[in-house]
Amino acid sequence: MSKEPKINFTHNQSAHCENGVVSNLMRHQGFEISEPMVFGIGSGLLFSYLPFLKVNYAPVFTYRSMPGFIFNKFAKRVGVKMKKEKFKNPAAAKARLDENLAKNNPVGLQVGVYNLVYFPDEYRFHFNAHNMVVYGKQDDRYLISDPVMEEVTSLSSKELEKVRFAKGAFAPQGHMYYPTEFPKELELKKAITKGIKQTSRDMTAPVPIVGVKAMRWVAKNIRKWPRKLGPKKANHYLGQLVRMQEEIGTGGGGFRYIYAAFLQEASEVLQNEKLLELSKEMTSIGDAWRDFAVDASRIYKNRNTKSGGYEDVAIQLEEIADREEVFFKTLKKAV
Amino acid sequence: MKKEEVPQDKSNLASANIREMVYAVDKDGKYTTSLSTGWDPKTIALDNAIKVIEERIAIAKEKVLKGETSPIEYYMELHKMDIPVLASYVGLWQWRVKRHFKPPVFKKLKEKTLQKYADVFEISLSELKHINV
Repeated sequence: MSKEPKINFTHNQSAHCENGVVSNLMRHQGFEISEPMVFGIGSGLLFSYLPFLKVNYAPVFTYRSMPGFIFNKFAKRVGVKMKKEKFKNPAAAKARLDENLAKNNPVGLQVGVYNLVYFPDEYRFHFNAHNMVVYGKQDDRYLISDPVMEEVTSLSSKELEKVRFAKGAFAPQGHMYYPTEFPKELELKKAITKGIKQTSRDMTAPVPIVGVKAMRWVAKNIRKWPRKLGPKKANHYLGQLVRMQEEIGTGGGGFRYIYAAFLQEASEVLQNEKLLELSKEMTSIGDAWRDFAVDASRIYKNRNTKSGGYEDVAIQLEEIADREEVFFKTLKKAV
Repeated sequence: MKKEEVPQDKSNLASANIREMVYAVDKDGKYTTSLSTGWDPKTIALDNAIKVIEERIAIAKEKVLKGETSPIEYYMELHKMDIPVLASYVGLWQWRVKRHFKPPVFKKLKEKTLQKYADVFEISLSELKHINV
């Protein structure tokens, strides 16, 4: 057993960490699969509003599915088996990691961001669903391929233990995962269709907390916020919405651009012209989300207390909801 | 978004030498990736979020100095935590953590309990008892 394993691992930067880790681990095993493909097949796109759940003293908005969901769905749909482990004891977690590295097996880890020393301070919140690959160890430093970073980096044993055992919502508990069994060839066509069907279904679901219905609910609440909460809190909530939409990892426009890239790639795999057209429409919807972010930021930048600003962004959001409703109904029929 | 429209605004990402990846279309309408140094609308959102945290820290500090809350609340805010996150780190029920905010309760806490908080905040017991003004 070599004392300082260093696996020949190719680091590719990605927009989003979960897709990026899956894509990089798959490439390491010889399967060329892009980040948008992982995202689309794993039904990563979503919109969800959980007003009764607070993070950083503002309600939870999300433009993607639950952490770990993309990864599980993707693996299941293309026929890859994954090994997943969680640990109570940090020493056991470390031992199992070392064991894998010694076997030349790079692994994915779920970690918390708050103690991730190579992130800028401003980005270090108690967010526990970040993902990275560990591909080696040198002088008690673990070699890290963090998909959102341009280059590879490293962490000491202590630093890695801290992020693996971060606490709070979605605590990683040392969560470690890697693919173990592969089909001869990936079943892309069927997997793409399944991924698209589920996203279309979820986005148009008759439930108030997900999809276009959730967007309309947010729009309705945006109108109430300034009077009900005062401008300060209203702006804080609006800021949280924009941050979730545009923060590192979304690829821009609340993941809508990644999804458009997926549809473009899928149209080639399935030889389906309609998907190419829909990809263009999704890009345009992504642009509408960007415009929404620009206008929302004007409100909290100027500390604008006129409720006219809120009314305008609420209308914008409703228009996006209408477009996405038509979009996903059409998409469902296109595959 | 077109590739040439990918924003290259100034942001706090530069402090860690990070550029983030975004998806955009090239001249032929093909999807490609591009690196961005930042985008003002979200920088403003992040700055606002940080300002809110700084205000919370300042308020907590004042409350400690006035004897209205214990230093635990101040350190919690300093570490961008809320009660559920802190309770999870120290391994106590949320209502107990909340109770430890009361100065009379805090004064009577056992060293063992105080040490739990000190470990989470990575400070000494004396720093936990007396916040740095």
